[in-house]
Amino acid sequence: MLAYIVKRLLIMIVMLLLVATMIFLMFRTMPGDPTASMVDPSIPREARQALLERYGLHESLWTQYRIFMRDLVQLDFGNSYFYNRTVLRVIGDRLPATLILMLTAMLFAYTFGILWGAWMAWNRGSRLESVGVTFSLIFRSAPTFWVGLMAIMLFSVTLGWFPAQGMRTTGYVGDSFAEVFLNRDFVRHLILPAFVAGLYFLATPLLIMRNSMLEVMSEDYIEMARAKGLRDRSVLYKHAARNALLPVVTAGALFIGAAIGGQVLIEVVFSWPGLGREIVQAVTRSDYPLAQGIFIIISALVMFMNLVADILYAFLDPRIAYR
Amino acid sequence: MKIRSRRSVNRQSLFYIFWSNLKRDRLALFGVILLLCFIFIGVFAESLAPHGPRERHYDAEGSIRRLEQPSWQYPFGTTDVGRDIFSQVILGTRTALTVGFLAAVLVTLVGSVVGIIAGYFGGWIDTVLMRIVDFFYAIPFIPFVIVLSAILQPSMWNIILAVSLLSWRTVARIVRSQVLSIAQRPYIKAARVAGAGHVRIMARYILPNVIPLVLLEMAFMVNWAIMAEASVAFLGFGDPRVTSWGQILHINFVSGYSRLAWWWTAPPGLAIVLLLLSIFFVARSLEAVVDPRLRKR
Repeated sequence: MLAYIVKRLLIMIVMLLLVATMIFLMFRTMPGDPTASMVDPSIPREARQALLERYGLHESLWTQYRIFMRDLVQLDFGNSYFYNRTVLRVIGDRLPATLILMLTAMLFAYTFGILWGAWMAWNRGSRLESVGVTFSLIFRSAPTFWVGLMAIMLFSVTLGWFPAQGMRTTGYVGDSFAEVFLNRDFVRHLILPAFVAGLYFLATPLLIMRNSMLEVMSEDYIEMARAKGLRDRSVLYKHAARNALLPVVTAGALFIGAAIGGQVLIEVVFSWPGLGREIVQAVTRSDYPLAQGIFIIISALVMFMNLVADILYAFLDPRIAYR
Repeated sequence: MKIRSRRSVNRQSLFYIFWSNLKRDRLALFGVILLLCFIFIGVFAESLAPHGPRERHYDAEGSIRRLEQPSWQYPFGTTDVGRDIFSQVILGTRTALTVGFLAAVLVTLVGSVVGIIAGYFGGWIDTVLMRIVDFFYAIPFIPFVIVLSAILQPSMWNIILAVSLLSWRTVARIVRSQVLSIAQRPYIKAARVAGAGHVRIMARYILPNVIPLVLLEMAFMVNWAIMAEASVAFLGFGDPRVTSWGQILHINFVSGYSRLAWWWTAPPGLAIVLLLLSIFFVARSLEAVVDPRLRKR
């Protein structure tokens, strides 16, 4: 098992380097001069040249790539053109906001999704089941940014229950982690985006759990458990649901990539100062180093979560052998 | 135990099952009717839309009809520069359907082939294919599509390309995991012992078993592609020349009126919800046709 984890970690590092190479090439072939967004085109040529040299943009592509990779393995993502700070610092500032929002939403979605999905399959054909399916399908089909816009219109503008944007009241500047995240003002700002993100995440565990339960319920051992005279609840949660969890875990891992996409949209709609909103702005501003850095960090996050899901799989299904 | 083989169920009877299923399953019927409506609107969008998407409207005194609430003349009201939202939503239907179906067909085809080959052969073929899939999994979808749409000229075709480039991995991985368990079943071994070749086993014995899954995934992929296109357009990286639902919402959000003008924000989103729902309901009834086990319940 340990050997397996080490092997996977090594593969992950290789993958990250490949992703970094891909993203490096993608950004370097982007139209529009990167200098245009940070150097005033009307300034004298010599000054412009000096700036190009300062950022290393005058070098050949291959040299730029070598420097990029050498810095990357030292976790040096360079400087953001726009913020004039190191990319790592900007990412460090934005990462907690993204993680808190995402994990809150996922916890909500997976707890409700799994329990409710199992229950729905058990009561297939009942009125409440079709209500549940329809409800989750509507939220699966609704674009998360649109749900966000409507939620802001309803809960912030019309009802005035929650703030519409940001994660702190405007004008507030917190210094330490605790000052920014551990207080009621932050929680008040978190509720609406987390709820909207949770609704978007909910349908996946819910529907997969339901489908997977339906598969499991036609298995012989469920019939056996029932024939033994076990109570319904015991058959449902101890025999059926545990075996039905497997596809939910796989799909959950696969879903993380998509979840980050939804996260980007929710951050934009709610002006949530996280990585997702930052990457959209960085691409718009042609801020290569920052966009690259965020892209690589998000990729690392997705890979890591996939690894966690695979390890979880082993605990859930002892039939799977790891080499 | 399946006594009748699938081959003995001919097309006509499958269609009959689908038809009788429609009569029983009201949601499926609703889905089919709604989807046909959307396809009709999409095909005849230009004739159905009363106005051009960028046409500005003036009232009797000659001033722009800014942010007017819905009326008989403008069923979904007007934008902040006096454009007819109803016409924009009608025209956006075609964009959504085109992107959705083209991307889904592309993605499902590639994904199923890769998934079946990987799951059936196993060994190094599986390892190599799954490493490639893993690589594509490591790339975050929306950020990638944003970057690619920004690099390539923003156009509808490039969005289809960007969506397809990353989405086949999902189908491949899901199909593979199903094939892995099917390949272990006794009748596959029996077929091999009986002398069936690889292609025959994959096409005749494995493919029929993954079709329900593939169809379901294809429906998800249509929805996924439509959603991705809308998201990219909403973020402002869409094709500026093509009216789409995402683009309507982008302008709505950027203008700041998404907080006030409900008649502007609601219709494009509702259109997306209804289209995706209709596709899902159709898929669900198809699933019942292809998978006899679901029919019994």
